[in-house]
Amino acid sequence: MHKDTVGSKIVKWLLIGISVLFVFLMLVLPLITVITEALRSGWEIYLEAITDKYTVKAIQLTLFATICAVIFNTIFGLFAAWTLTKFRFKGKKLLTTLIDVPVTVSPIIVGLIFVLTFGRQSLLYPVLQELNIQVVFAVPGIVLATVFVTFPFISRELIPVLEAQGTDEEEAAALMGANGLTIFTKVTFPHIKWAFLYGVVLCTARAMGEFGAVSVLSGHLRGKTNTLPLHVEILFNEFRYVPAFAVSSILVMMAVIILIVRSVVEYIGKRNSEDVR
Amino acid sequence: MKKNILSIALASAISASVILTGCGSKEVPDTANADKITLTNVSYDPTRELYTSYNEIFAAHWKELKGQDVEIIQSHGGSGKQALEVANGLEADVVTLALEYDVKAVQDAGLIEDGWVNEFDKESAPYTSTIVFLVRKGNPKNILDWGDLVNDGVGVITPNPKTSGGARWNYLAAWAYADKLYGGDEAQTKEFIKKLYQNVLVLDSGARGATTTFVENGQGDVLLAWENEAYLSIKDYPDDYEIITPSISILAQPSVAVVDEVVDKRGTREAATEYLNYLYSDEAQRIAGDNYYRPSNPDILAEYANTFDLDVNLVTISDFGGWDEAQAKHFADGGVFDEIYEK
Amino acid sequence: MKKRSVRVIPMFGLSMGVTLAMLSVIVLIPLASLVVFTAQMSFSDIIETLTRERVLASFRVSFGTAFLASAINAVMGVILAWVLVRYDFPGKRILDGMIELPFALPTAVAGIALTSLTADKGLVGSFFARFGIKIAYTKIGITVALVFIGIPFVVRAVQPVLEKLDPSFEEAAGVMGASRSRIFRQVIFPELAPAVFTGFGLAFGRCLGEYGSVVFIAGNKPFETEITPLIIMSELQEYDYSSATAIALVMLITAFLILFLVNLIQARNTKILGR
Repeated sequence: MHKDTVGSKIVKWLLIGISVLFVFLMLVLPLITVITEALRSGWEIYLEAITDKYTVKAIQLTLFATICAVIFNTIFGLFAAWTLTKFRFKGKKLLTTLIDVPVTVSPIIVGLIFVLTFGRQSLLYPVLQELNIQVVFAVPGIVLATVFVTFPFISRELIPVLEAQGTDEEEAAALMGANGLTIFTKVTFPHIKWAFLYGVVLCTARAMGEFGAVSVLSGHLRGKTNTLPLHVEILFNEFRYVPAFAVSSILVMMAVIILIVRSVVEYIGKRNSEDVR
Repeated sequence: MKKNILSIALASAISASVILTGCGSKEVPDTANADKITLTNVSYDPTRELYTSYNEIFAAHWKELKGQDVEIIQSHGGSGKQALEVANGLEADVVTLALEYDVKAVQDAGLIEDGWVNEFDKESAPYTSTIVFLVRKGNPKNILDWGDLVNDGVGVITPNPKTSGGARWNYLAAWAYADKLYGGDEAQTKEFIKKLYQNVLVLDSGARGATTTFVENGQGDVLLAWENEAYLSIKDYPDDYEIITPSISILAQPSVAVVDEVVDKRGTREAATEYLNYLYSDEAQRIAGDNYYRPSNPDILAEYANTFDLDVNLVTISDFGGWDEAQAKHFADGGVFDEIYEK
Repeated sequence: MKKRSVRVIPMFGLSMGVTLAMLSVIVLIPLASLVVFTAQMSFSDIIETLTRERVLASFRVSFGTAFLASAINAVMGVILAWVLVRYDFPGKRILDGMIELPFALPTAVAGIALTSLTADKGLVGSFFARFGIKIAYTKIGITVALVFIGIPFVVRAVQPVLEKLDPSFEEAAGVMGASRSRIFRQVIFPELAPAVFTGFGLAFGRCLGEYGSVVFIAGNKPFETEITPLIIMSELQEYDYSSATAIALVMLITAFLILFLVNLIQARNTKILGR
């Protein structure tokens, strides 16, 4: 591809060097810090910290919120991507922007708006009380916040793929009399399979790590509304640094596993699409 | 086209209601189970260790009294933030906050009835504390009193009084010192406070964050801290720090109250009231003392005469005209605290 | 795209309905409550809140550090994407996999780890402290945290465009004797610019609102290292809802405008490239 002159080789390794150094300083070093701090007092203390009753409860709640967010956003992502790419209508750009808004809304504001909507000051509150539904400072609030921050993750992955694919195949199928569901499962889904999986992985990663919004909405009730990132904060505030970093290391490991899954998905996806060609 | 709009509307309505009911059905209140009750205690940062111990003896006490198991769910955080969350619907049976003003905020939201201050002894403050200095071992900057904090090159760590209850006590204690020093000359007092806050290196949002900054991250020469926080740090790192008690400080009265609206709804008034009442028992007072809070019972306090410097000159919040006045003058938007940061 | 007046593909109503309903319940209604709450204030009150010295200073800190961090990320993002697309070297897959780490790592954990690294006692901080540079508890610290948060945006925006860009153009230009820097300026950069801008915009929007990691590293001193989300937090703790919501609304509108701009550029770009 490239003429391998000495000059371009120098540039190549210089750029690679800069990249590796940057990634090492910004990403790897913080990870190493977390792991070494977690093991500062030895394995026994580490194991004790991660099998603590409250840690286990926090893991459960984190997983529950993550699963809810993935399910919800999958449904939304599929419908939204379908709507935005297969049809033409007015206000499409506005709708696209609105779907993206959650990515750039400050987590604090996310917490704030849910408190304003479902909290004690809201008009909805008496209704919710009547129905015995507690949204803020309870599990539903945490789920809502998690769904909010990961809202566009799946649709964003699907839209470019569907856009590139166009509408011809679906139209042909529709003209042959296939119904919507058949068109989707037989014609559309095979194209977006890998993009979809990739979106799910990203959504999972982000959902597990959300801190700011959940922190505003949780009330920090120990063993009840505490997710893993909040549990880290609590331990940190109890001056129990080693357990705090130990619990952080669980999150780090989960993140690394997810990123490995992501790489594998991407790799297989690429190979498959090359096979198709 | 009409058909389209109709089906959009229909689909919207159905999925919206699915989402809402999906959210709601998860939380079923657990009231019927009579052999076990839960209480939620929403408290502020430095009381974690205190209530961990206290909850154990209370559970035993309640079991003896009623034959019922009680589980206490704790929530800790900056006092102001905690009060706000209760006001916004965090279901707390009792609040045990850093200052009366924060409990008052919950009252203003309509959750606590007027007169709670006199519901329990000692103005509903079962334990008190004060503000002291934590300095590095050997006191290299020779910090002995408030006056030394404004010297050049002294790095002070204190949380932000706008967000932290403890920090308001810090601020007011410093004010009390300067007020006495300058014989009530307000301009000079303000200048003193301004100088003091110019020496502040990191203004954390809560007391715990400030302690972490000072202890773990090694910032600054002196931490203005709750007395109990300072003693906890000494306990963890006996060779690294010293406590300096200034000539004048403030009597910090953390307030407790039963949250009327919540206990009435959940039917937990009796247990919640007993939970706070039992804080005044000898046993609980000693737990407070062991956790470096000053017991409000003078007899028990005398048992801890070796721990605490009981001679320190303590002003109280009433010297500032009560919390409403102090808040409006010093900490509200445009108050003295904002003024000293304006250039 | 061909023009068509009749929709052939079924389920428009259903899918549009579900999309709108979910969007409304999760995003629009809660956001609307913010607007409603702010609307209860008089206009002059809103202006008064927003022009308070301390609020203005926090805007300066937030916008300044977010801009700087996104600019650093724009440069580093292009380099990273370039290295990942054009070169082969051992460990490339791992490097590629690391990029999304900031998404997956909780911001609080990142903040705590970065603070302990960059405080004067920390590994990196002690090195810089020798030259009298403080990182943690200064604006530099905030920028470091925001760079961390924003890494994936530019890389992931530029990467696909670069993959599609045919190297034969550059080679042709190279054969014709253009210098490398000229090739980059005149051939490659114009193609990449919209993607870089998209990534920059998204990173900027995200950094502007970042809270979790910044509060640990910032020092939070009014007028110096106090970010706008922290101001919102402290207004809330003073039970001053109207001020908090007014400031939040400004942040929200900014975020929305950035996104709208990004989407416009993306749409134009799609048209030009004819993808």
